[in-house]
Amino acid sequence: MATESIKYAAPDTETKLETKVFPRPGQHTSGIVDWLTTIDHKKIGMMYGLTALFFLLIGGVEALLIRSQLWSHNMDVLTNRQYNQMFTMHGTTMVFLVIMPLSAAFFNYLMPLQIGARDVAFPRMNALSLWCFVAGGLILNLSWFFTGGSPAIGWFGYAPLTDTRFAEVIGDMGPDFWIFSLQMLGLASLLASFNFITTIINMRAPGMTMMRMPVFTWMTLIVSFLIILAFPAITIALVELMFDRTYDTNFYDFLEGGKPHLWQHLFWIFGHPEVYILILPAMGIVSEVIPVFSRKPLFGYGLIIFSGAIIGFMGFAVWSHHMFTTGMGVVATSAFSILTMLIAIPTGIKIFNWIGTMWGGRIRFDTPMLFALGFITMFMIGGFTGIMHSSVPIDAQHQDSYFVVAHFHYVLIGGALFGLFCGFYFWIPKMSGRMLNESLGKLVFTLMFIGFNLTFFPMHYLGMIGQPRRTHSYNEGHGFETWNQIATIGSAILGVGIAIGIFQFINAFFNKKLKPAGKNPWDARTLEWTLSSPVREYNFARNPIIKSRDQAWENNYGAKENHSEKEPLDDHGVHMPDRSWYPLLTAFGLFVLVIGMLFHASIGPAGELVRDYTVAICGGTIAIFGIIMWSLEGPAGYHLFPKENEE
Amino acid sequence: MSDASAHALDHHEPVTSTGIPNKKVLMWAFLGSDCMFFGTLISTHLIYRKISATVGGNTLDVRDIFDIELTSFSTFILLASSLFMALAVSAIHKGNLKSTRWMLFGTIIFGSIFLACQVYEFTHFAHGKENVNGDLEHQLTLSSYAGKTLEEGKDAVLEPHVFGSTFYVLTGTHGTHVAIGVFWLIGWFVYSFTGKMSTADAMDIECCGLYWHFVDIVWIIIFPVVYLMEYAF
Ligand code: HEM
Ligand SMILES: [Cu+2]
Repeated sequence: MATESIKYAAPDTETKLETKVFPRPGQHTSGIVDWLTTIDHKKIGMMYGLTALFFLLIGGVEALLIRSQLWSHNMDVLTNRQYNQMFTMHGTTMVFLVIMPLSAAFFNYLMPLQIGARDVAFPRMNALSLWCFVAGGLILNLSWFFTGGSPAIGWFGYAPLTDTRFAEVIGDMGPDFWIFSLQMLGLASLLASFNFITTIINMRAPGMTMMRMPVFTWMTLIVSFLIILAFPAITIALVELMFDRTYDTNFYDFLEGGKPHLWQHLFWIFGHPEVYILILPAMGIVSEVIPVFSRKPLFGYGLIIFSGAIIGFMGFAVWSHHMFTTGMGVVATSAFSILTMLIAIPTGIKIFNWIGTMWGGRIRFDTPMLFALGFITMFMIGGFTGIMHSSVPIDAQHQDSYFVVAHFHYVLIGGALFGLFCGFYFWIPKMSGRMLNESLGKLVFTLMFIGFNLTFFPMHYLGMIGQPRRTHSYNEGHGFETWNQIATIGSAILGVGIAIGIFQFINAFFNKKLKPAGKNPWDARTLEWTLSSPVREYNFARNPIIKSRDQAWENNYGAKENHSEKEPLDDHGVHMPDRSWYPLLTAFGLFVLVIGMLFHASIGPAGELVRDYTVAICGGTIAIFGIIMWSLEGPAGYHLFPKENEE
Repeated sequence: MSDASAHALDHHEPVTSTGIPNKKVLMWAFLGSDCMFFGTLISTHLIYRKISATVGGNTLDVRDIFDIELTSFSTFILLASSLFMALAVSAIHKGNLKSTRWMLFGTIIFGSIFLACQVYEFTHFAHGKENVNGDLEHQLTLSSYAGKTLEEGKDAVLEPHVFGSTFYVLTGTHGTHVAIGVFWLIGWFVYSFTGKMSTADAMDIECCGLYWHFVDIVWIIIFPVVYLMEYAF
């Protein structure tokens, strides 16, 4: 491994291509321009996180509306259609605009720090990913304001609900907004994943071998692979659906030879890997937090990583367990049932590893640890119900009932969201430089834990006694009322907990009265804790030379030969790439392209269909212009000259 | 490869953990992902191929529509373009700029011939063929198919069908890939006249080559699966 440092050209010999239209923001840019043009992975991560927390509030309000509608029998809080729109938007928002981007926020912020890199491999591409995500979120939520309002097709948009002929409102645009926003969000995820894969494979500090990488970075790598292999299936399915709706093809049109069943397959070939895309980052976070608060190294490091990889791999072979009741035939059904049961094994292995880590440790119950413990217990309940519906005859009872709703909320809130909150409580001191208030943190945990269980535990029972999911109201006399009321009360408590949590996270960045964090407030183990909090622009003043796993811990407590070293300071300074307007401009172009596509068709004077692509072409041109200028401007950059220990 | 990494150092290309340049890893990851894009499209096509061979009064026999000689020719052209591409990459590694330029040019021309054949094919399929009486038959649109003319003086009746949907969207997506490749190559071709091109660009051109070969390989799958198979089973 080459350990000599990289020599960069001195600043004055830099070739810079300046355009008059968009002068490139220089080294001392600050304020709003800095945020709009930044290519710093830390700032991009924070913007990802902030936007996702905002969508968490929106998705939360949608959930509370659903819960109020179900408070009692035959309620009228929402109309039928509004109810359908609400659960569609809630599901789509939570999956694509909350859990995935929150994970992406951590990937962005932490992964380069954990492998000893100064940034990701392609910083401007990373910024493009952020802006595509923002545009995608915007497009989805714009749907409320146009014909037909938001989509009312479920988060999986089953055919033939998406068929234009069956639209409840003539000219319903909801599904079109849904299609285009998912394409945009898919693009954002793909760009980010290509970038993360390259970064992890190629930009590790000297000595940071694959088997010394923190588990969170490993999960970033596995999830990125899942994303680049699973998203194409839904992208193509959505392209086909877009053609069906716009150009009258027959992919899913059963009246003209298409098969709605195919949509289900394509959706779930993406959809099941997607659930692992949602949970593996949280598992990575918890695998970092538990060793720190047990003061023991992670038990079975190799096994945790290996089972993560196996889960990712097998995740592609179980999709049809979402389709047991569609009549696929005995062979297919049994095969998918067995594989689904098998996939629970690597999942179980991880749980035993976490328990093994705590075993015999000196456990501290700080807020991050509470969330980690909440994660393990709640995720286990969700896993158990998952194994239950891997059995085909039993699933025939569960399918489309509230039991399934209970299952996936235990894995998604109790699992993914608790894991992500655990990550916030653990790493916000690193990001903001300030400690969060412990008592408030514990209050948030208590509210969330109680509220969550009150909301979703009764749903197991409601499902078993027959309450169907995605159904606007129920009649009197089924005995559904009591448990639904408990669930609604629970959801309010959960909502309050989450809101206080979000307040606390954001507050940390502004409230100067909070206790300063210092480099390593938790006595934590991985490389990012050797840096100052908040981390400086250039991350590492000198490239670290890694000698062991858990490098921060080894530096403090390990044998001398395990301490990390540092490359000598480079007298040319640290080369920082310049900010750029082009990622934002390119994403804006794509946004205009989408708007142009959404509104390109109209009815002419003679009642004929008129297609006008002017706006779409303008958008496309802006995007292409952005990409061309982007490749011409190059990374350019400036140099910083940190002192020996300024990091 | 060895040239590329030797020159990488003085061009801001940092030393990487694997020794493989970042852009190349990126390209490989993208191609892996692109396999899944085409995989999904090809499966869709295969799943629908034999379903509803008859629609209304029409029996679907796509052999009546295909122009297999033309497609075989364009397949050959696309394969040949890969040779030019490989020569361009090898020329830039050797620092032979002139040869690089003309090999790029050859790739562009052959890629464009392939695209022209596809445009010709699409317009003719969608328009249908005239029979001896001047009536249109064997027409394939995005959403429908027309078989034989039943009555003199009348065009064959279009009836809803899925074949056109899967065929045009699959081969069209491939064509879009070729078109993007052609534009990328044109970019390099123009760049070669600026006098700035050097062996330092070898790695970038190699990435472009990886993409081009990949798109070619995909066609090697599409051609038998979509066209030749219709003549076998
Ligand atoms: C032990 C591992 C798991 C097993 C065996 C399992 C099994 C299943 C099965 C068989 C279904 C279909 C139920 C039905 O519709 O009848 C299902 C639904 C679902 N699972 Fe899991 N699951 C597991 C873990 C997870 C995880 C980790 C997540 C996400 C983080 C997840 C999210 C979901 C979601 C969102 C649905 C419902 C999809 C929908 O119909 O809208 N599952 N699970
Ligand atoms: Cu699943």
